[in-house]
Amino acid sequence: MKPVKPIRIAVASGKGGTGKTTIATSLALSLADHTSVNFLDCDVEAPNAHLLLKPQFNAHQQAVTRIPEVLPDKCNLCGKCVEVCQFHALAKIGQKILVFPQLCHGCGSCTWNCPQEAIREKENPIGELQAGSAQSGAIRFAQGLLTIAEPMPTPIIRQLKKWQVLQDDAVTILDSPPGASCSVVETLRGSDFAILVTEPTPFGLHDLKQIVGILHDLKIPAGVVINRDGIGEPIIEEYLLQKNIPILMRIPFSSIYAAGIAAGKTLVEIEPDLKKNFLKLYDHIKQASGGEKSA
Amino acid sequence: MSTPQKVKQLVILSGKGGTGKTSLTAALAHLASQSQPHIDALLVDADVDAANLQIIINPITSEKHAFQGSSIAKIDPQLCIGCGMCAKVCRYDAVHPSIENEGVYIVDPIACDGCAACVYACPQNAIQMIVQQEGEWFHSQTRYSDLFHAELFPGGENSGKLVTTIKQHARLHAEDHHIPLVIIDGPPGIGCPVISASAGVDLGLIVTEPSVAGIHDLKRIYATLQHFKIPTLLVINKADLYPQGCREIEEFASAQHISIVGQMPYEPLTPKAMLQGKPVTAAFPDAPISRELQKIWERIAAKLAVEEV
Amino acid sequence: MNILITVQNPEIKSNVDPKFGRTPWFLKVNTDTKEWEAVANSAVHHSGGAGVAAAQFAIDQKVQAVISGDFGPNASSALRNASIKMIRFSPDVLTGEDALNKFLEGALEEFA
Repeated sequence: MKPVKPIRIAVASGKGGTGKTTIATSLALSLADHTSVNFLDCDVEAPNAHLLLKPQFNAHQQAVTRIPEVLPDKCNLCGKCVEVCQFHALAKIGQKILVFPQLCHGCGSCTWNCPQEAIREKENPIGELQAGSAQSGAIRFAQGLLTIAEPMPTPIIRQLKKWQVLQDDAVTILDSPPGASCSVVETLRGSDFAILVTEPTPFGLHDLKQIVGILHDLKIPAGVVINRDGIGEPIIEEYLLQKNIPILMRIPFSSIYAAGIAAGKTLVEIEPDLKKNFLKLYDHIKQASGGEKSA
Repeated sequence: MSTPQKVKQLVILSGKGGTGKTSLTAALAHLASQSQPHIDALLVDADVDAANLQIIINPITSEKHAFQGSSIAKIDPQLCIGCGMCAKVCRYDAVHPSIENEGVYIVDPIACDGCAACVYACPQNAIQMIVQQEGEWFHSQTRYSDLFHAELFPGGENSGKLVTTIKQHARLHAEDHHIPLVIIDGPPGIGCPVISASAGVDLGLIVTEPSVAGIHDLKRIYATLQHFKIPTLLVINKADLYPQGCREIEEFASAQHISIVGQMPYEPLTPKAMLQGKPVTAAFPDAPISRELQKIWERIAAKLAVEEV
Repeated sequence: MNILITVQNPEIKSNVDPKFGRTPWFLKVNTDTKEWEAVANSAVHHSGGAGVAAAQFAIDQKVQAVISGDFGPNASSALRNASIKMIRFSPDVLTGEDALNKFLEGALEEFA
């Protein structure tokens, strides 16, 4: 048997609601018939994949940042910590150093730099990591959940990707959040390939360009799935030709698909015939990312 | 002369992406401008890394500003002695030995968080923080109202800070020009840019869709608005997609005492309006969705008790 | 005593500004003499931490109370720790002058 490098495939979009989770979960289910799969839902603000894959959860862990705690007995109020903090998360107020946890990035700089060694770090819970199995164990599922009113999703995504609950020799699919900012970058970083799911509308095209920009900087190869094909005009194709990005799949708009997905079914449950399309998609990805040693 | 009224701010959110916030915002801007008597509104596109509102309201930019985000560390290869203290203190895996330049270290600008821990750790003072331009923000005029919007450069951090910046400028512009209403097109999710978009607003309008994912995320964005004590209204988009989903939303709204101010049917003409560069109410005023949007606008204006100019 | 009032323009008759951290101007008022001066809020340009920076300003000015519409979590934490009273405008307060008069009458409530 040819050794297969376990490849990491991210599914992203730019625009929200184009069908990332729809595609990611269907890809996972199609592959799960043949091989082990890790599924990471990195949209920790609004994770939805668990509603479709319905894993049995069996592992939990707190997601934390490390924030400083100033020891009043050792602190001489020199203010060095306030000076080094780039995010204004520490302030000298009266005879105390105050910490503002939601501004803190957990970088540890104040702790390193305190001349009195008067700062130690404590864990600040910002969310939860949850893991389980789906498809009778063929899919190892993990997601992060940001606690309501916590501002920063990226530390959770970082911890989720490193969590030891995942299978070592499996293909990993990462369901990305919408947008094109730092949480998307954190999800994409280290992936071997990115599937970009878009819709043939001006909004879809505009946001696709943002995400293509990120992938270019990260040097990750990409391919596009056009979802809800037919609702607009073929404006995506011209752009992709320019950028030399292949269209890997088209899924026509169908009110049957839409209703089924709304009800919580996956695309390949609604249309099992599509599984072979997803397997072809995977073959392309393997070749494009050099995932298989050549014959 | 009537007493000056405070500027009222309305933010449009969803939790889940793609429920129709931006299309709705543009429609409200159009309907506000048509109101009899006239209601002046100002628009903010707070979805700064996927700023789509401008596609359907055609702004003409009158002011452009650079947005300085965080700084990124830069190691001077002439001063670096390769001790590796920088890599040791970096928690973001952003400092590595340079491949091109043996014996010195180099910062990965994408991974760098801007914390400056390396600056303080370097025994040679070889590292400096360089402020980065992370985007641009604009003040523009559209056929309905002025617009404050931005483009975060791809992969940018500090989207919350950029949202705060344009909101602040919009609010001050509204105060100066006696514009009674600011409508903010919010981003998806519930994190930092959503929190910035919601800070201090008078009313939140959640646009949801009756899918299992939509309902799940509705609960999260509602909990977020509750946390910040922001009064909330609800609109269901693509309501005919999954009637059972609609019933679930109605039950949830009833239990939480949230007013549903409209239910819009799925409208296949929406992408066509987008291609025309217009809100759906302007491109297709007789479409069922446009008639529902008119009612939604009137209910929102009543809730905000926005007075005519 | 000395207090701060958040206002939109550098004038006692100016409309008040509802946000402590992001107000464009502070009026520093001596409640005994009713003398006032206007100071621009430099914290308005900060990203996160505007509330903290504005609170720091209040502390540096050695005021005993701040009157505004709303105090964010960081600002209120800082002001509380510095034992500076936070007072809220009532709905009928329109100008800095209104705020001062109502405060002197004892008609304004503390921020919880």
